[in-house]
Formats: sequence, C-alpha cells, structure tokens
Amino acid sequence: MRIPCPLCGMRDLREFSVRGAALPEPEGAAWSAAWDDYLHNRDNPAGESREFWYHGQGCGAWLVVTRDTVTHEIADVVLAGAEAGA
Amino acid sequence: MVDLVEMTPCAGLVPVTAGALRLTEAAPGWVTVLAPYKGQQGALGRALAQAHGLGWPEPGEVIAGKSGAVQWFGRDLALLVGPEPAAALAKHAALTDQSDAWAVLRIEGPGATAVMARLTPLDLRESVFGVGRTARTDVAHMAGAVTRAGTDAYDIMAFRSMAASLVHEVAMAMRRVAARTQ
Repeated sequence: MRIPCPLCGMRDLREFSVRGAALPEPEGAAWSAAWDDYLHNRDNPAGESREFWYHGQGCGAWLVVTRDTVTHEIADVVLAGAEAGA
Repeated sequence: MVDLVEMTPCAGLVPVTAGALRLTEAAPGWVTVLAPYKGQQGALGRALAQAHGLGWPEPGEVIAGKSGAVQWFGRDLALLVGPEPAAALAKHAALTDQSDAWAVLRIEGPGATAVMARLTPLDLRESVFGVGRTARTDVAHMAGAVTRAGTDAYDIMAFRSMAASLVHEVAMAMRRVAARTQ
C-alpha cells in the first residue's frame, strides 16, 4: 500500500503509522454518551473509512486518509488541521 | 588541562570506496532548523531573501544561493544550511542550531541510485526525484533526509548518533551493488 502525502507525494506504507478512526470530537467537556462513544466505540467498516495516519518517517505531518478497507483504494488524503473536524 | 578535539560525526568511518562508488562526509557548516511561527512563512521567506539571498522552500525543494541553501525539512520546517542565521530571522521563526546534530554523507559514482534503492523506499526515478530535490524519508530504517545532488550523487542525512549505523548500511549496499556490476 502507498499513501499520496499532500506534501511528499506518493510514499511507501513503511513511512507511515496509523492512529485510528478520525472522529469529530464531541462538544463540551462534561461526560456524556457522545464522549463514551468517541472514546470507546468503534465501527469496523468493510468499506470506506476515515483515519488518522502519521507520516513519521517523512514530513512529520498528521494526515486524514479516506480509504476503502476492502479494496485498499485511497479516495482522499488531506493534512490534519487543514479541514474542519479533523 | 584537557585539550578537546573537534570531530565530525563520521570521523574515522569514511571515506569508503566500492568499485566506482565513493562515500564521503559532507561538511555543511551551520545547520539551523527554521520553524516559522503561525502565519509567518511569507515574512520569513522575505527575511531569508533579504538576509541570505534565499527564500522559503516548497515541499521537496532546495533553494541554493551563494551563501548557502534552504532545504525543505518537513511540514512547516526547513533547514538553513551554510551561513550563520541572521538575527532578523528570529522575529518570524523559532531557530534551532543543529549544526552538530546531523551526519551528512555524500555518495557518488555510477550505480549510486541502485545503492539508494536498497536503502530507502523513495521513488528515485529522475522524473519523480530529480536533481536538486530533497525528501524526508526512511533511510535504512532511520529517519533521515535524502537530497539528489546529481544523476548519480546523493546527500544523505541522519542523526549523528546513528552515523556509524548509517555508514555501515550504506557501505554494505555499495559493496553489494559493486559486486553485481564487476
């Protein structure tokens, strides 16, 4: 698998590490079902997923990668922080 | 009184030759990491142009001038290589002196690209990684940087603490490539 880093271009998987699903943080600091969901509950989608990836052996940027877990097709890669909710 | 002797990161480890390939140490001089403050990239670029005749690099770019070079070094990071940074730069960026922190090697000779292909997952075709381009990448499982100095010449940077490992890995790859071409 290769990931097209917005800064570096197409790079090999071994330069990246995955953090997990890129979920929008719930509003407010008070504990709620939304926070419980955010911290503990994950879907295991066979299909499109949105994940944080870290280009640690490269430019050091956090990326939001939209990819298909079935076909390994990568639909979109953006710099984390460059889009709302990331 | 103890007399301290300054040593380069790869002192005693290089030069290494294998066939027509040659590995030497580069002496970059001052190496300063430039980390621009939020929204200050443009201003830093102008300050670099004024003070050193350089500028702020695009990803993968090296801007070379008479006094030195600015080398892209990651997201919102660049290296000023060569000159001592002008005081004016500190207004727009955090400056960190890393002159003694990096081991810099130059590999050159026919087959240098084949050697690099054994060390890094970078796409080294000239259409993708042409002369003068730079990349942060994995070099023999170390976090490093590779700059293409010529069709068959590369500058490799790795942490100084990894200098011996880097020379070992590169020399091994050089010997293997040389053995196949003899």
